[in-house]
Amino acid sequence: MSFINPFIGMFWDITPIIATIFIFQLLILKQKIPNVEKVLFGLLMVWVGLTFFMLGLEKALFPLGRLMAEQLTSLEFLGKEKLFWFDYYWVYLFAACIGFATTIAEPSLLAVAMKAHQVSGGSVKPWPLRIAVALGVAIGISLGSYRIVVGVPLHYFILTGYLIVIIQTYFAPKQIIALAYDTGGVTTSTVTVPLVAALGLGLASTIEGRNPLIDGFGLIAFASLFAIMSVLAYVQLKHLINK
Amino acid sequence: MHEALRRLVNNLLESGKDLLPIVIVIAFFQIAVLQRPIPEFSSIVLGTFYILIGLTLFISGLRTGLFPVGENLAHAFVQRGSLLWLVIFAFALGFGTTIAEPALIAIANEAAQVAAVGGIISHDQSAVDSYASTLRITVAIAVGFSVVLGVFRILKGWSIQWLIIGGYLLVLLTTLIAPEWIIGIAYDSGGVTTSTITVPLVTALGVGLASGIRGRNPLTDGFGMIAICSLLPIIAVMIFGVLL
Repeated sequence: MSFINPFIGMFWDITPIIATIFIFQLLILKQKIPNVEKVLFGLLMVWVGLTFFMLGLEKALFPLGRLMAEQLTSLEFLGKEKLFWFDYYWVYLFAACIGFATTIAEPSLLAVAMKAHQVSGGSVKPWPLRIAVALGVAIGISLGSYRIVVGVPLHYFILTGYLIVIIQTYFAPKQIIALAYDTGGVTTSTVTVPLVAALGLGLASTIEGRNPLIDGFGLIAFASLFAIMSVLAYVQLKHLINK
Repeated sequence: MHEALRRLVNNLLESGKDLLPIVIVIAFFQIAVLQRPIPEFSSIVLGTFYILIGLTLFISGLRTGLFPVGENLAHAFVQRGSLLWLVIFAFALGFGTTIAEPALIAIANEAAQVAAVGGIISHDQSAVDSYASTLRITVAIAVGFSVVLGVFRILKGWSIQWLIIGGYLLVLLTTLIAPEWIIGIAYDSGGVTTSTITVPLVTALGVGLASGIRGRNPLTDGFGMIAICSLLPIIAVMIFGVLL
């Protein structure tokens, strides 16, 4: 029974998009769906795949994120009692590595990088852009972990970041702006989000004086923001060099 | 059938490539830095296997089932020329894709657990479930409106930076009145919503629209849709926190 229930739950989660597609295609456009067997088979795969994926998240990614947070902040590992923010340097390093590694491998970022190459008429090269964004996200998640360790309110950082993005926008070449803004939403993939969220929640529950409710979230916001800032910064730098 | 099998193997490799960096980084830290036993190791291995299989089937299914029909529909509604239907379709597309987005399901459940532990909602399962689904519906409605706004932007040729800067200002204003415990999850929801299902379908609508209208460049005007979709949910979730 415990194996059936998640399937039923996931069925309701994919109903709205399936209903949208079928209703609009059949009732509004009044067209048949081409290759309807293939489409139905695809939807079946989506349903089964989503269910397994969610089960896997509960079993692997969430526990792993939490475990890493617990082990990296345990007094036993750190080896002392009185801790300052810089004593958690392994946490910052781990956060940076996860940010860099997942971003550099992110397929949607590759797609964005290719588009940027096209839009800029070839002056923005895909590989340096990907490295720039991966470094940006690494710094972002690392800074986000620092915020959890010291407990500064999240919006101080994010709103400052917005201000920086606005200033960068003013100087950025016009045709790249929309693409740069999109990168923020694109870089944090389905696999990265749960792991990074679990890391944040884990840090907030193990570090003394932090509350998961207030300090636990926010790492993903850092990742999105720093992705936007690094695209704009890279393009700006490129522009200055070419001048 | 060979073709289908080949594509399935390709998708498996792609999912593996998505997971590999995480596995490498965690393995490195476990072996070289922490040197501590991992509790319930076999369960984690099984879970990773589930993720690999699940992600592969999910992506294969999207590519054979949902994406071709969805992209077709997006083009058909652009060409039909009825603004009302285009707007309704845009909203339904944004809403439907967001409800099915796995990262959002996962984060909403976590947020509900944390809210229950933190005493924001009561501890029983039905309260936790209803908090999680209300959160997701809030985000999905916001994404629906974002796609509609994105459609109008392309039709009218509004510049993206003014919309985004206006959005940032609204985030600032709602942050001032939002309860402390909603801010983190609200800011995160922006990056979470636009993922595996939403990005390709919403981008298809944007690019289709920009290439269908004279004087719009699909490369520059087709983008910006995702940026709006990552911004409005932040504001919507904070308002949800105020009303709760």
